[in-house]
Amino acid sequence: MNALQATTYQDKSSGRIWKDKFIQGLVIFLSVVTISPIALIIYKLFVEGYKQISLGFIIENTPDTFAAMTAVANDERIPGGIANGLVGTLLMIVLASAIAIPVGVLTGIYLYENQGKMMANLIRNISDILQGVPSIVLGLISYLWIVKHVTMGFSALAGSVSLAIMMLPMIVRSTEETLKMIPITLKEAALALGAPYYKVILKVLIPTGYSGLLTGILLGISRILGETAPLMLTALGSSTINLDVTKPTSAVPLLIWEFYNDPNMIGLIWSSSLLLMAFVLTLNIVSKQFAAKRR
Amino acid sequence: MVFSLVGGAIPSFKAFGLKFIVSGDWDPTEGREVYGALPFIAGTLLTSFAALLISLPLSFSTSLFLGEYYKGTRVARILGMLVDLLAGIPSIVYGLWGFYVLRPLMIDLGFGGQGFGIFTASLILAIMIIPYATSLSNEIIAMVPNDLKEAAYSLGATRLEVIQTVTIPTARSGIVAGYILSFGRALGETMAVTMLIGNTNRVPDSFFGTGNTMASVIANQFGEADGLKLSSLIAIGLLLFLITGIVNGVGKLIIKKMT
Repeated sequence: MNALQATTYQDKSSGRIWKDKFIQGLVIFLSVVTISPIALIIYKLFVEGYKQISLGFIIENTPDTFAAMTAVANDERIPGGIANGLVGTLLMIVLASAIAIPVGVLTGIYLYENQGKMMANLIRNISDILQGVPSIVLGLISYLWIVKHVTMGFSALAGSVSLAIMMLPMIVRSTEETLKMIPITLKEAALALGAPYYKVILKVLIPTGYSGLLTGILLGISRILGETAPLMLTALGSSTINLDVTKPTSAVPLLIWEFYNDPNMIGLIWSSSLLLMAFVLTLNIVSKQFAAKRR
Repeated sequence: MVFSLVGGAIPSFKAFGLKFIVSGDWDPTEGREVYGALPFIAGTLLTSFAALLISLPLSFSTSLFLGEYYKGTRVARILGMLVDLLAGIPSIVYGLWGFYVLRPLMIDLGFGGQGFGIFTASLILAIMIIPYATSLSNEIIAMVPNDLKEAAYSLGATRLEVIQTVTIPTARSGIVAGYILSFGRALGETMAVTMLIGNTNRVPDSFFGTGNTMASVIANQFGEADGLKLSSLIAIGLLLFLITGIVNGVGKLIIKKMT
């Protein structure tokens, strides 16, 4: 190989390497751009929201427009808080979980026990479709079912039903996946000891897969915690604390929507969002930790 | 569920027939009510598609970062966690951030007078679907067998060439499915889009103009709706359900074919 040839080879390959380095740099740069919104959003929420956070913010009801207006005009902290929203959110989540967890876990167990059967495949596909349904459509469905026919008006129950439908596929999926990972010998051992089937489920399958189930449930809750759209069509909102499931009820995301539409309440938007985000992200991280520990 | 949606939508389909889908008029004035879903269908498809295009370079780079360049390292774990957190942010918080941060930015940059519109909505949607697109294609990219890549390296390929000739072709259908599924996500997004798109009930005339989507028209007008209007909104819900169902079905089918 003479000298001339060697240089051309080298040139060509340095071009390739340069291109390789360039693309790698681009990938790193774009990845950083990708995650920058989360930092920007949390920063904005924190800077704008921390002023309003106090004990009163958590235990008081939302102020009326006039009170908020006077406070803003006098440059004071807006009185009142989001207690009605917190209580409403809690109520609806408990109710939604009460509907979705038993149904979801049982469906998951059914799917696990009937692998490959037609009926199980059908249910699995329906559950997958359900996962992709836009939340606002679920709100419409719950409106048609509950608001129109059961409670005859906007209600916490209707809100919970739409949220429960939303949680359901996640719980079904995580239950089935968790159970699949449990060694079959465990189940066989219990059956060999003569345990009836329901006892195998209650005493072996569920305790062994407990952390997996919990992860699924927590992820499901963190998904519905911030949902606004279906609640607008079902729970509507309320300015006081309401514990009656057949009455309109507020929720934190609904309150944020109300504050957003009311120019006097802008001060409250950020603090309620900050609180909501804190809840959602904590739940999210906790459930991911559970999942990671299991591996 | 489908049954009750269809039941609720019947009066509107009866009144307008197929014209409901192709008509661009939306006029709730008493006496001459006309409802056509075309502006919303167009707005939904336009915003979602634009969001997909905007998110493509970002999410694809991120999944290469996670699944190829820094696979299994601590940096990748932290980055992956942050991307997952993006999925955890509630839609309404994205909307607020878009309204108070992105919109003024748009005005400063000179896009549209008020900063509302298709483009702003697509931008926020793009951020929202990044985690879905990333986690799916990242998983598929990480699944590409090491033997294949090592064979290419041993022939003297650079990392970029390995990605171009081995990773992408092997993972192609999975990556495509991931993007189809995140497109399905974008179709149904409500709150953030409602807050940013401007909510005008006509077929969007420019990319920086205002418009409306199927999900946001339901959210916006449901409160004051009854009779024919309510039924039309439910019909839009049904159409949205069908469109997302088809999109998700195609995505799932591709994934199933692969495994």
